[in-house]
Amino acid sequence: MPEPPQMVNLTINGRPVQAPAGSLLIEVCRANQIEVPSFCYYPNFSLQAACRMCLVEIEKTPKPQTACTVTVTEGMVVKTDTPVVHQARKSSIEFILTNHPLDCPVCDAGGQCELQDMTFRYGAAESRFEEPKAHRDEQQWSPVVYFDRPRCILCYRCVRVCGEGMDVWALALGGQRGVGSSIIPNRQDHLECEECGMCIDICPVGALTSGPYRYKTRPWEMRHTGSICTFCGDGCKTTLGVRNGQIMRGDNRDKSGINGDFLCIKGRYGFDFTRGEARLRQPLVRRQGELRPASWAMALEAAAQGLLAARQQQGVGVLGSTRLLNEEHYQLQKLARLALKTNHLDHSRSADLPGFLAALARHASSSATPWASSQDLKTAKAVLLVGGDPTQEHPLLAWNLRWAYRLHASRLYILNAGDIKLRRQAHRYAQVAASGFDAALAFLAGSGAAPAAQLTSVPPAAINTWPITPVSPISQLPDGLPEFLAALRQESDVIIVFSPQVQAAALASLVQLGASLPGQTRYIALAHDANSRGASDMGLYPGLLPGYAPLSSPAAAQWERLWGGPLPSEPGLDAAGMLDAFNRGDLDGLYIVGANPLRRHGFDAAPGRRKGFLVVQDLFLTETAAAADVVLPALCAYEKSGTLTNTCGEVQWQRRAADFEGAKSDLEIIHELSALLGHDLGTSSPERIFQEIRAHVPGYDVSWVQLHSGAGALSHLPPQSSVDASPLVRISATPWTRSADGLARGQTLFTDGELARRSVLLNSVMERHETNDAQ
Amino acid sequence: MPHPAEIRIVSRRFGNPEARTLAGYLADEGYQGLEKALAMTPEQIVEEMKASGLRGRGGAGFPTGMKWSFVPKQSARPKYILCNADESEPGTCKDRLVMEWDPFSIIEGMTIAARAIGSRQGYIFIRGEYRYLFAIVDRALEEAYAAGYLGKNIRGSGMDFFLYTHSGAGAYECGEESALMESLEGKRGLPRLKPPFPAIVGLYGGPTVINNVETLATVPHILRGGGAWYAAYGPPKNGGTRLFCLSGHINQPGVYELPLGFPLERMLQEVGGGILEGKPLKAIVPGGSSTPILTAAETAGLNMDYDSVARLGTFLGSGGVVVLARDTCMVKFALRIIRFYRHESCGWCVPCREGTHWLAQAIGRFHAGQGRPADIKLFEDVASNILGRTFCPLGDAAAMPILAIVRKFRAEFEAHAATAACPAPAALEPQSA
Ligand SMILES: Cc1cc2nc3c(=O)[nH]c(=O)nc-3n(C[C@H](O)[C@H](O)[C@H](O)COP(=O)(O)O)c2cc1C
Ligand code: SF4
Ligand code: SF4
Ligand code: SF4
Ligand code: FES
Repeated sequence: MPEPPQMVNLTINGRPVQAPAGSLLIEVCRANQIEVPSFCYYPNFSLQAACRMCLVEIEKTPKPQTACTVTVTEGMVVKTDTPVVHQARKSSIEFILTNHPLDCPVCDAGGQCELQDMTFRYGAAESRFEEPKAHRDEQQWSPVVYFDRPRCILCYRCVRVCGEGMDVWALALGGQRGVGSSIIPNRQDHLECEECGMCIDICPVGALTSGPYRYKTRPWEMRHTGSICTFCGDGCKTTLGVRNGQIMRGDNRDKSGINGDFLCIKGRYGFDFTRGEARLRQPLVRRQGELRPASWAMALEAAAQGLLAARQQQGVGVLGSTRLLNEEHYQLQKLARLALKTNHLDHSRSADLPGFLAALARHASSSATPWASSQDLKTAKAVLLVGGDPTQEHPLLAWNLRWAYRLHASRLYILNAGDIKLRRQAHRYAQVAASGFDAALAFLAGSGAAPAAQLTSVPPAAINTWPITPVSPISQLPDGLPEFLAALRQESDVIIVFSPQVQAAALASLVQLGASLPGQTRYIALAHDANSRGASDMGLYPGLLPGYAPLSSPAAAQWERLWGGPLPSEPGLDAAGMLDAFNRGDLDGLYIVGANPLRRHGFDAAPGRRKGFLVVQDLFLTETAAAADVVLPALCAYEKSGTLTNTCGEVQWQRRAADFEGAKSDLEIIHELSALLGHDLGTSSPERIFQEIRAHVPGYDVSWVQLHSGAGALSHLPPQSSVDASPLVRISATPWTRSADGLARGQTLFTDGELARRSVLLNSVMERHETNDAQ
Repeated sequence: MPHPAEIRIVSRRFGNPEARTLAGYLADEGYQGLEKALAMTPEQIVEEMKASGLRGRGGAGFPTGMKWSFVPKQSARPKYILCNADESEPGTCKDRLVMEWDPFSIIEGMTIAARAIGSRQGYIFIRGEYRYLFAIVDRALEEAYAAGYLGKNIRGSGMDFFLYTHSGAGAYECGEESALMESLEGKRGLPRLKPPFPAIVGLYGGPTVINNVETLATVPHILRGGGAWYAAYGPPKNGGTRLFCLSGHINQPGVYELPLGFPLERMLQEVGGGILEGKPLKAIVPGGSSTPILTAAETAGLNMDYDSVARLGTFLGSGGVVVLARDTCMVKFALRIIRFYRHESCGWCVPCREGTHWLAQAIGRFHAGQGRPADIKLFEDVASNILGRTFCPLGDAAAMPILAIVRKFRAEFEAHAATAACPAPAALEPQSA
């Protein structure tokens, strides 16, 4: 338990107030509902004292003081409502406005501008400034970032969020001194950066604006819905501004949700895939070799007939998605098991969750909660990161790790095959060969020799920090594993974050290591895509039911009773097995929901070359959909409601933000198709289905309040002793780069499967980076 | 030419080219202060400094002995001694003479300071425009290293001290102590938030003493002659002598070392040889361009020491005494001053960045003949809104003189507003020192 902070007594405007010693006066005032305006002060970033909006009077100090830098002390007497203070605020606003263009009517920030608000509240009615103002043209710094210098009030928030928050340091104060001072980008006239847009949204005025949003609409013309980002597995809340059913803007300006201030480029700007020309607006059915538009009724009928026929022959497989909502995953596995009567069911797996749960059951002391939330990372005492590159694959978790490092002196231990950007925050870093995690973890767990041969030092030049050039080269050489272990053993409260690179046997070592550390150890299993965790928890496995219950476990019988039907008892084919079998003609039907496996694993479903029947449900006419017999157009996550589980296991409620004509939600399609296949799935209300999940899937008995407050309700999946931890085949091991066919594969900051591939903005950013690299 | 009224302590070697060499310096009682200091404890050195009453000659006039005493004895990070040789305040031109004629006195003074606070390393941060001085100071450093007055185990004492020069890049703000440290560390010359103060967290995060050139050059003399001896030269709490830089409408501009408390009247008439062309005095700037101006009437009977000048609401500052004769246009003078501060505002904080620009634009317009009576109040308002509201003292440095000029010469501003052109007769061009 941390020591309770020492309290001090002070007086603000005659009111006695208590506050923890050392707190900033501005925070103490605000906590007591006493207004102190600010521009440059921003919680959790370094102090600037530049805007002088927060001046207050403190007894025994001759001049007004900046409340944003003064820490409270015992007996302090503060006044925030004196004529001097009011006059000081008014004059700060007046100064700021002298060089401000006051082009509010055309400014993107109009209606959402802190300067407008403050002028209204604290400013003078009229301007006394009559001298000429300097005009400067707006500059485009990147596909995302535009800068309108005259509007800038030099609060340095952008500089700090980019540097201290993002660890990118792409913005700085430059130019001449005095009124010649200006925010400048890191490459003279343009930015080379992570394009997160944090600087834009933190800008209190309209000086930084975003390419995707600028001049498109005004804030009050949109309806704003708090949605969950559909890209990576972190599950950030993104507030979607929608006009006429179309998403115009994504941001998290209200700082709610599990991500607070944070969003990466995909969460903020990647939504444009939703309105692409390529979106399917009509079902398609293959006739005379051609996919032709069809009505929903016809298409569903055709799909059902084809799948039923296939079921009668050698069987049907179902390949699920990693981006559907939990209710959809849950109902899809019911469709497979109850309507199609098969366990040929899988999804594109990344984290080996079954293996991990089995390892937990075998090695961990089961009493303590083994899961850590994304919030827990922010205040972690120590974190062991095994594999992966969170900066690229899990931007929110990377932000949280930097937060912990910066504000809580958290110690980060990195075990990685490459040099990742987070190494800059690492307390200890050890390098292993890409194939060496098993051996390294075995050693760390105390059951193997130090694999010394795998340790190499990486010359700083080879360190992968793309797209950012490090501020100072990392000169520290990697630690040897024995030193690494010795340091780790000093820790008593570690969160272990492991990537999909850690599978099967290595997981057993990992958990053994965790159990060997003093104090509590918690875990985060990194998985790709917005709802892989949900797909996994909901039982999209050939041999596991929801909650990882094996087919032959007592739980199976309970599920049968709940669902009112017999479950197939034979384990089915996994994803690769299904694709192979379908290719060979050993499987007669395949229902693929939100996945595009064509040309992977030798899967070639060209109509002429296969005999089986293929149904594809997707947002786009993907390569796989183009080869299908029936194509069912689906809504995307932003167009429907339900729950998602992020990579940490936090369950969140997704709210429908936008509309899309012609497509149906996956849930509706699954329900209608199941009915045609002869099994009625009952109500299709996401709330009701989630009730069922909440009542029956282990770990999902989360609080409704938390679920709807946006705080993220951490599910508490219990260890599963009966899960078979044998290696599982995966189909998503794909490279991170854009490949020649333009397919954005795997996860990086700018890529994320099919959705990112369809985002014009994300593509333009990548093209820009490719050109920059080529130069 | 020294004036008979001068008491030459810190300027004793001015005009003696020999003193630029180590041999010449030693021959003229050089390094006797360090010799004494090496036999003293750090505490004794600080006590001696306190006894001398020496107050910083950089502008703020902070007691030097007390400043040194703030440095913690123990420190995980290295401690530093910095010499502020950024001399950029208009009207001030004394530090350059010390560097030019007596570089060893600075080196010796810094070595003594290093011993007093337990520092092994120091820098002399020299204003970039003083390029010609680098050769002189660097040569002195080389000689000092070669003769064992710098480096490891200085003169067998067991004390190590390494001293280097560093060039500024032409920013007035880099004379502000924390901006100087930023600049020295290779960053943009922006001031730092205080607290923490340099004595606790300074250069590279280490405890740091920063003193003006003249301050440090005075240290060896104090050690040699004793604190009490030095203090006796001035009135109580205003110990010793200081270099006054006499410029403007004066017959004999120059740098003169006079005891603190020296009567202004004598300084102008005797030492400075009287006002140019025998005109009546209009005003003086007592301590560099940032100090509030004094009208001729206010200066009657004024003695030039910290406390007497402070009683008139202004400062002895950096020792730059600017003399203005009757015909000077005070609007133009205000414009000159505010243009300087607009140019030198670092831009970090709102009131200084925007306020100096506003004032410079508005006073420029006013002086050019487009003024209105209402502008006069605006100047006052804008300057008052800068005063006491800025991040660092540069804002005050800009606001104080403007406020004083507008308030004390309001009639002149009113006359200006009433006519299209400057009503003053062709102004005298002030002479530079
Ligand atoms: C804007 C500004 C400019 C300054 N410029 C100088 C300077 O050029 N030289 C100097 O010695 N002190 C200058 N100072 C004062 C220094 O901050 C500091 O007080 C001084 O170097 C301390 O030395 P002292 O105690 O020996 O006077 C300046 C202060 C401000 C606010
Ligand atoms: S978009 Fe993100 S990375 Fe780029 S400059 Fe702005 S804050 Fe920095
Ligand atoms: S661009 Fe915006 S955030 Fe950055 S300094 Fe200017 S006003 Fe502040
Ligand atoms: S007062 Fe503000 S803008 Fe002016 S020099 Fe100091 S910090 Fe810079
Ligand atoms: S909020 Fe305190 S100075 Fe800007």
